[in-house]
Amino acid sequence: MSKSDPNAPKRLALIASKGTLDWAYPPFILASAAGAMGWEVGIFFTFYGLTLLKPKLTATVTPLGNPAMPMKMPFGPEGFQNINWPIPQLLMANVPGFNALATTLMKQTFENKGVATVEELRQMCIDLDVRMIGCQMTMDVFGFKRDDFIKECEIGGAATFLEYAADADVQLFI
Amino acid sequence: MDVIKEDQVLDCTGMLCPLPVVKTTKAIKELQSGQILKMIATDPGAPPDMEAWSRQTGNELLRSTTEDGKFVFYLKKK
Repeated sequence: MSKSDPNAPKRLALIASKGTLDWAYPPFILASAAGAMGWEVGIFFTFYGLTLLKPKLTATVTPLGNPAMPMKMPFGPEGFQNINWPIPQLLMANVPGFNALATTLMKQTFENKGVATVEELRQMCIDLDVRMIGCQMTMDVFGFKRDDFIKECEIGGAATFLEYAADADVQLFI
Repeated sequence: MDVIKEDQVLDCTGMLCPLPVVKTTKAIKELQSGQILKMIATDPGAPPDMEAWSRQTGNELLRSTTEDGKFVFYLKKK
């Protein structure tokens, strides 16, 4: 629906450009909240963000180069859980499996606190008719095929997204 | 305060953003116009979020209160 229609709902246009677990949350949270408020929502998944459209999500998180990430344990007594472990970046870089450990700990923390998984949030977006556009150019660059992505998404380029964003009330790059 | 009689109850205890908002939308779709949904949440972000949700969707927030340490909202479907 075009904005020339005065009865058109508000519209949110997002660019999801990152594919790590921490950055997978913001686009799906904002999209599902906007969809729940009756807004039209479209997300353009580009560069590493494109991997968020794979059927099986494998997003991980790393504290490397992420110095503000709290390093806390999701188990044990409260005093223990509140410790922010001062682990040097150089040490993390050299311990095999550290990313897998950090990912597991973050997922556990989110579950303990009552945050939905990225998979659940994406399904909510699908149920709320959020338009998901996978970037054709990124597919070509990284050698992906249409079948590598969920059937609910469409594939398009910059012009497809810009035309949608031109009529949006809110546009955000994530 | 007058007692508000709800037609449906939705418990979002323990859920964080954006789950209370998304689940409220789902629940209110099941109601008829004029019916009332009682939503219970523990997310401290829920009171301002439900006010915004009400303004954006046009479903009236009849009352926003706390009961037994939980946030309780009465929402009337438009």
